Amino acid sequence: MAHAEAHAEQQQHPIKLYLLVWGLLFVLSAFSYLVDYFGLQGFLRWSLILIFMMLKAGLIVAVFMHMAWERLALMYAILLPPLLVLVFVTLMVSESNYILFTRLAFFGPGP
Amino acid sequence: MSAPLKPPAAETYQHPAGLAGFAADWASDQRAFKNVSWGKAMMWIFLLSDTFIFGCFLLAYMAARMSTTVSWPNPSEVFALEIAGTHMPLILIAIMTFVLISSSGTMAMAVNYGYRRDRRKTAALMLVTALFGATFVGMQAFEWSKLIAEGVRPWGNPWGAAQFGSSFFMITGFHGTHVTFGVIFLLIVARKVWRGDFDTERRGFFTSRKGRYEIVEITGLYWHFVDLVWVFIFAFFYLW
Repeated sequence: MAHAEAHAEQQQHPIKLYLLVWGLLFVLSAFSYLVDYFGLQGFLRWSLILIFMMLKAGLIVAVFMHMAWERLALMYAILLPPLLVLVFVTLMVSESNYILFTRLAFFGPGP
Repeated sequence: MSAPLKPPAAETYQHPAGLAGFAADWASDQRAFKNVSWGKAMMWIFLLSDTFIFGCFLLAYMAARMSTTVSWPNPSEVFALEIAGTHMPLILIAIMTFVLISSSGTMAMAVNYGYRRDRRKTAALMLVTALFGATFVGMQAFEWSKLIAEGVRPWGNPWGAAQFGSSFFMITGFHGTHVTFGVIFLLIVARKVWRGDFDTERRGFFTSRKGRYEIVEITGLYWHFVDLVWVFIFAFFYLW
């Protein structure tokens, strides 16, 4: 029970912090929306979308899900495996480029 | 002959911090993640598995979109609405995003009041969260019916690549299902909090175990995850 109590103490953070993160998530989402609204294209569009996405994801995981205050062992167990999905992403990008190439080569550019 | 066993020096043992602590946790012959309850560790591991499922969906969608020879429908226009005579590209998805983020905000505050054992505020904030979640599902139902009426099917659509429909229904459908289950989960836990189950140590009807206020945080983990997935869907499906 003492252990549970000690744990309960860990996740006591001021409400102000949550309101701040909430506000930041609102602003970042608005920025994401504006990227589309102003019709930005190319490299600028992609870097902005990915930056806002990662900032939002980071804020949610770190503060709302209390990951920032968890044990390092848990952080690594949860955060590293999804990072390895990037290898899968690389494989699939290469694969889909190849499929597109064969489709164009054998079936033509389509209707 | 043998000296009486001494109790383990639990009080004096200081767990190392940082990387040494990480190594000690994983090298432990007891259990990893010390001070993390099983309930919380299991929710995190479930969420990790869910991450892989959503990751595979988004990857399949990416591969389909990159390998198609037909041009992809423009999401900005597909999800546009006419509001008061003004054409607003992607506005529906933007509103849904704000609704879901707000639900995450109220949920985070509910967790906080839960640990302060403020029953009324916790239950009320969880109900508000559930209400935002239900609003989100409602807007998604509107979005689906609008697209179905416009002729979007898993095997085709009026604007371009046929894979658009299957990716859309698969990804948003699976996410919407998660939100729906989350709303039910929130309502069940909110009722327990409201009734004071965690103060009176009332046993759960299904597990017949005593619950703790930590279940509010565990419910919160699930709910924030649903919001987290939406962040990626928003970026990769709607903004790409």
